[in-house]
Amino acid sequence: MKKVVLKVSDLQVKLNNENVINNLSFSVSRGDFLTILGPNGSGKTVLFKSLLKLIPHQKGNIHWDKNVKIGYLPQGLTQLKLKNVPILAKEFLLLKKISLKKIHSLLRLVGISDKDILNKQLGNLSGGQFQRILLAWTLASDPNILLFDEPTTGIDIQGEKNIYTLLRKMQKRKDLTVLLITHDFNIIYKYSTNVLCLSKNIACKTKPLNALSSENLEKLYGMPVKFYKHNHN
Amino acid sequence: MNDQLLSSLISAIVVGGVAGYLGSLMIQKKMALIAGPLGHLAFPGVALALLYGFDISLGAFPFIILGILFIWILEIKTKLPTETLTAIVFAFGVSVALIFLPLEEAESALAGNIANISWQNTIITLLLSLIVFIITKTIYDKIILMNISEDLAIIEGVKIKKYNLIYLLSVATIVALGVKLVGVLLTAALVALPAATARNLTISLKNYSYLSIFFGVLSPIIGLLLSKIIAFPAGTLIIISGSFLFLISIFMKNKIL
Repeated sequence: MKKVVLKVSDLQVKLNNENVINNLSFSVSRGDFLTILGPNGSGKTVLFKSLLKLIPHQKGNIHWDKNVKIGYLPQGLTQLKLKNVPILAKEFLLLKKISLKKIHSLLRLVGISDKDILNKQLGNLSGGQFQRILLAWTLASDPNILLFDEPTTGIDIQGEKNIYTLLRKMQKRKDLTVLLITHDFNIIYKYSTNVLCLSKNIACKTKPLNALSSENLEKLYGMPVKFYKHNHN
Repeated sequence: MNDQLLSSLISAIVVGGVAGYLGSLMIQKKMALIAGPLGHLAFPGVALALLYGFDISLGAFPFIILGILFIWILEIKTKLPTETLTAIVFAFGVSVALIFLPLEEAESALAGNIANISWQNTIITLLLSLIVFIITKTIYDKIILMNISEDLAIIEGVKIKKYNLIYLLSVATIVALGVKLVGVLLTAALVALPAATARNLTISLKNYSYLSIFFGVLSPIIGLLLSKIIAFPAGTLIIISGSFLFLISIFMKNKIL
């Protein structure tokens, strides 16, 4: 039996007096790769934010194991928003108060071999490079749990695949627990150990194959959605 | 160099430099709009000071603090865009001042006057600027991170509201000092111009902050010396030289970046 690192029971979160999350209970064990799946507006990001105590919850309990160190990659942060911020990638990572040596080892970890990137402006990196730098930022404080909110928005398919492959590799190597919000069924199919389905009507925790069944997807999205399995090689 | 020019120069250099440094933290639009209304908010205070003959910065400061608390609370309570709040605050400050300030007094309120600054005043200006500089240096990295992403900052344990308030108070102090230097209409430029110029010339945060201080110091020197030669008000000339430096930086931008 693996150790439970997060236990959520009867969680209720209201935003502007509207119930966004209602009666949600689930738990996450060490080494899990939990994907959170659901239509827009189903409260996925709100769930993350309340798990991180960035927003208050009205009812229920969020219990983290006391040894967790959380790394969080928020939704919607792209290099495009930082075009007018004069800061080099290196200076950005140095805001974490880490050594250059550590920065170099983080770069290796996230698969950046070209050190010149460090001397480029953060807002001028390509989407893929930027996500890797963000990943390095998140890993800088040696977390054992990662909360990633749609980390591949704005990246092309190849870049997206790379990021997830990387995430998976790191998860295995560093024994990380991952909570991931994504709309990509393939990622769920290939990498997830568990899926949390979230929508106005239902909330369920299940295995990837069940989550991706036509029946479940229709319940979740309120209309027929079909998942076709691709084999990327 | 005579003593009077020296004390004017010292005041102008320290206020200009620290204003430039503070201004370099106004990267995202939301923050860049703050300095403008603060200068205008100081107007009633400056008017009172001129009418009753006490120090302009002393008159300006409480009004700016009131204005800041006002904006800070309004932002939290209403979630209105800062632009809207700015417009309200801006107009309010100017109109209140114009009610009771005689027009003949208005010039030094509008365009500043440091030609007659006293030694005591210079020392106070120096000390206050130094304090603001140290505070700014301490909060610099955190505010930069907030400019990049508030979510990331919160996760790193940065108390957003607290740092915003510290930052605003620092801006308030410098604006109060700047009002004496360049007047209520031009303080925004004192804060915004050096950073804007610096941003045209570098992509590195370190160089950007140094250059902001550099240009913050350079335009008061040019402005003050020019005013000795051509006998126009120093405040106006400081801003005009700053604007010229900015124009030059635009042309250099294409060559450097």
